[in-house]
Amino acid sequence: MGLEEKAGDLGIVTTTLEGVVNWGRTKAMWPMLFGLACCAIEMMAGQASNYDMSRFGLELMRASPRQADLMIVAGRVSRKMAPVLRRLYDQMPEPKWVVAMGDCASCGGVYNNYAIVQGVDEIVPVDVYVAGCPPRPEALIDGILQLHEKIKRDKITDHADGKPIRIEQAERGALKPLG
Amino acid sequence: MIDRATLEQRVSAQFPTVRIGDESGDLCLTVERQQLPALAGWLRDEPDLAFTFLNQLCGVDYLGRDPRFEVVVHLTSFQNKMRVTLHIEVPEADPTIPTLARLFPTANFQERETYDMFGIIFTGHPGLERILMPEDWLGHPQRKDHPLGYEEVAFTHNEDWIYANKPFAKE
Amino acid sequence: MVMHAHAYPDIEIPTPSQIAAVALNNEPDENGEQSMVLSMGPQHPSTHGVLRLAVELNGENVVQLAPDVGFLHTGIEKTIETKTYTKSIVLTDRMDYLAPMSNNMVYVAAIEKLMQQDVPERAQTLRVLLLELTRINSHLVWLGTHALDLAAMSVFFYAMREREYILDIFEMLTGARMMTSYFRVGGLAWDIPADFIPTVEDFLTHFLPKVDEYEDLLTNNLLWKQRTKGVGVVNAADAIALGLSGANLRASGVDWDLRKTMPYSGYETYQFDVPVGQAGDIYDRYRCRVQEMRESVKIARQAIERVKQMHGQPYVTENRKVAPPPKSEITYSMESLIHHFKLWTEGFRPPRGSAYAAIESPRGEIGCYVVSDGTPKPWRVHFRAPSFINLQALPHIAKGKLMADLVALIASIDPVLGEVDR
Repeated sequence: MGLEEKAGDLGIVTTTLEGVVNWGRTKAMWPMLFGLACCAIEMMAGQASNYDMSRFGLELMRASPRQADLMIVAGRVSRKMAPVLRRLYDQMPEPKWVVAMGDCASCGGVYNNYAIVQGVDEIVPVDVYVAGCPPRPEALIDGILQLHEKIKRDKITDHADGKPIRIEQAERGALKPLG
Repeated sequence: MIDRATLEQRVSAQFPTVRIGDESGDLCLTVERQQLPALAGWLRDEPDLAFTFLNQLCGVDYLGRDPRFEVVVHLTSFQNKMRVTLHIEVPEADPTIPTLARLFPTANFQERETYDMFGIIFTGHPGLERILMPEDWLGHPQRKDHPLGYEEVAFTHNEDWIYANKPFAKE
Repeated sequence: MVMHAHAYPDIEIPTPSQIAAVALNNEPDENGEQSMVLSMGPQHPSTHGVLRLAVELNGENVVQLAPDVGFLHTGIEKTIETKTYTKSIVLTDRMDYLAPMSNNMVYVAAIEKLMQQDVPERAQTLRVLLLELTRINSHLVWLGTHALDLAAMSVFFYAMREREYILDIFEMLTGARMMTSYFRVGGLAWDIPADFIPTVEDFLTHFLPKVDEYEDLLTNNLLWKQRTKGVGVVNAADAIALGLSGANLRASGVDWDLRKTMPYSGYETYQFDVPVGQAGDIYDRYRCRVQEMRESVKIARQAIERVKQMHGQPYVTENRKVAPPPKSEITYSMESLIHHFKLWTEGFRPPRGSAYAAIESPRGEIGCYVVSDGTPKPWRVHFRAPSFINLQALPHIAKGKLMADLVALIASIDPVLGEVDR
């Protein structure tokens, strides 16, 4: 049913290039295996038996940033950790996204003090903020689905969305920007 | 097993200058810093005392008091099921204290933490450097005169100003 | 019990910069062999958080290593100084985030010791029940991740499955899965819901056979034994010198459990055994912790029986200077209204002084040192974090071991980086 019916006997589906690229990006996102604090335990719970994030294509957590395209900042980011976090982000290949999981990563949470960066958006650009201290695994999954919705609206030609590097990569690779 | 009264007697016989007090039910010994290694070593090595386990070592900043700092050490004797507190006063002008890391290896990290947080220097420590804060950090955050580092909370009346000045990351 | 005839051990704990210095002056020796310095972490799948290890390697063997911590330093101790005693309970949850109830407990225990505040018996019993559930919860995460680090992935899924039951119980009780903040000075934050006790009973009945299931997967598993037996041995004298506590200490044959030796919250009235190992290797630490889960079930069952007998008794102290009055009382009692107002605007004032309290958390002896200057905010709060101190053993036990064993060693110490760095 579904796709097979629409495709008929030809085995061909027509869609836009953007549609298929964005679809591909959302269906096999590999998050970086990167836990900081309490939220990381809920992230683990999200991967474990009861919540099973693999259902949404987050099958593999990659420990190497070179193989990951989603950074889930799960926990508080200290001043000592901040340069490391930025470096990990820089090591991730484009296209890449960041989810700030929990209050500490979003805004510093209960720790308004010398040690904690007041929101990871001071270090890396954040796509989705997930509230909660820590957020339930459902909340994290919802945050990632929200990110999927955002990616589906991405235009690979769009220079104005503040992500010029992604276009450069498209130019280097097989995907030529349209127009 | 020895009881608390015996311990007090033995301490005052061996170290007459040590002040004996009480800290919420635990025996509390206030000791001059030069005497600390001798006292701690004696407590550790006397077979009937055997305070072999160092629970914790931390600093306290009594800002406005003289001497300003205090190092607090808790020792436990497994044999006697007893805990004893050592208080060592450290003046601000000369914040040094002999290390316990040679006597109790477990004091190593805790002395580094106390140095990091209060700037108390443990002379003779095998590797006294910052442990929790970055190496290039200035100041000692848990001193009372060090600011908490409070960042203004955004409300509707000030959020425009805050978000205009917040250092958001660029891609 | 404690062997002390010969010299107390002196153990070197290198610092990261000392290891880095090796890398700078690294010349091959006469055989042409040269050591390599490797930085492991802070982002590494098996460091259980953001621990960095500076490791000097000779081939695959660890020559020496130094833990570099502080990547999760949160300034909790300093932040507590700016809040009232009750408000800070929330912050203590987030230190050892696998055992929030233990953190709450040690913090309120220190304040209660300072104020000489009594706790009603029912509250004490419920505390014991919750502390044991927390212990199971924490050990389950330890077991799952420990096995995962040694490539036994299914145990992780088994352990996390049962953990969700405990989290559901916590959620039913407090509204939060992990950060419960349920303990208050003088008792608990509110009363247990009506179906709490039957749910916990169901869980305990369900859980006990599952421990056998984990053991079936690991205890006699040849691969597991080969990776853990005889690896990372700490003898009793070294364990005490390094300040190890909890299962790490008991696996080395030292029978020291604060629940037995310096009881708190009425633990002396419960029947349970303290599992003690002999070899002090990873396998014994594993056996101790797994057995502790069974003992926790035993204690929890006794606590449940007592709570059932204590129906209607208070869950928090009647001392209105410390615990707020019930809402119903405020409507007719002027004095209660004043107490309520004073507590929520100002907080209570412990006497001047200091106190150190310690309890047996899943990781070992967690201690809290509180200094009060007589104001509603603490002057200084320091936590003896068992993970922080246990981590010092890593350079000692990893010396000469294989790089692959290092992963197992970290997991067997069971550090929680939130607590290491605070």
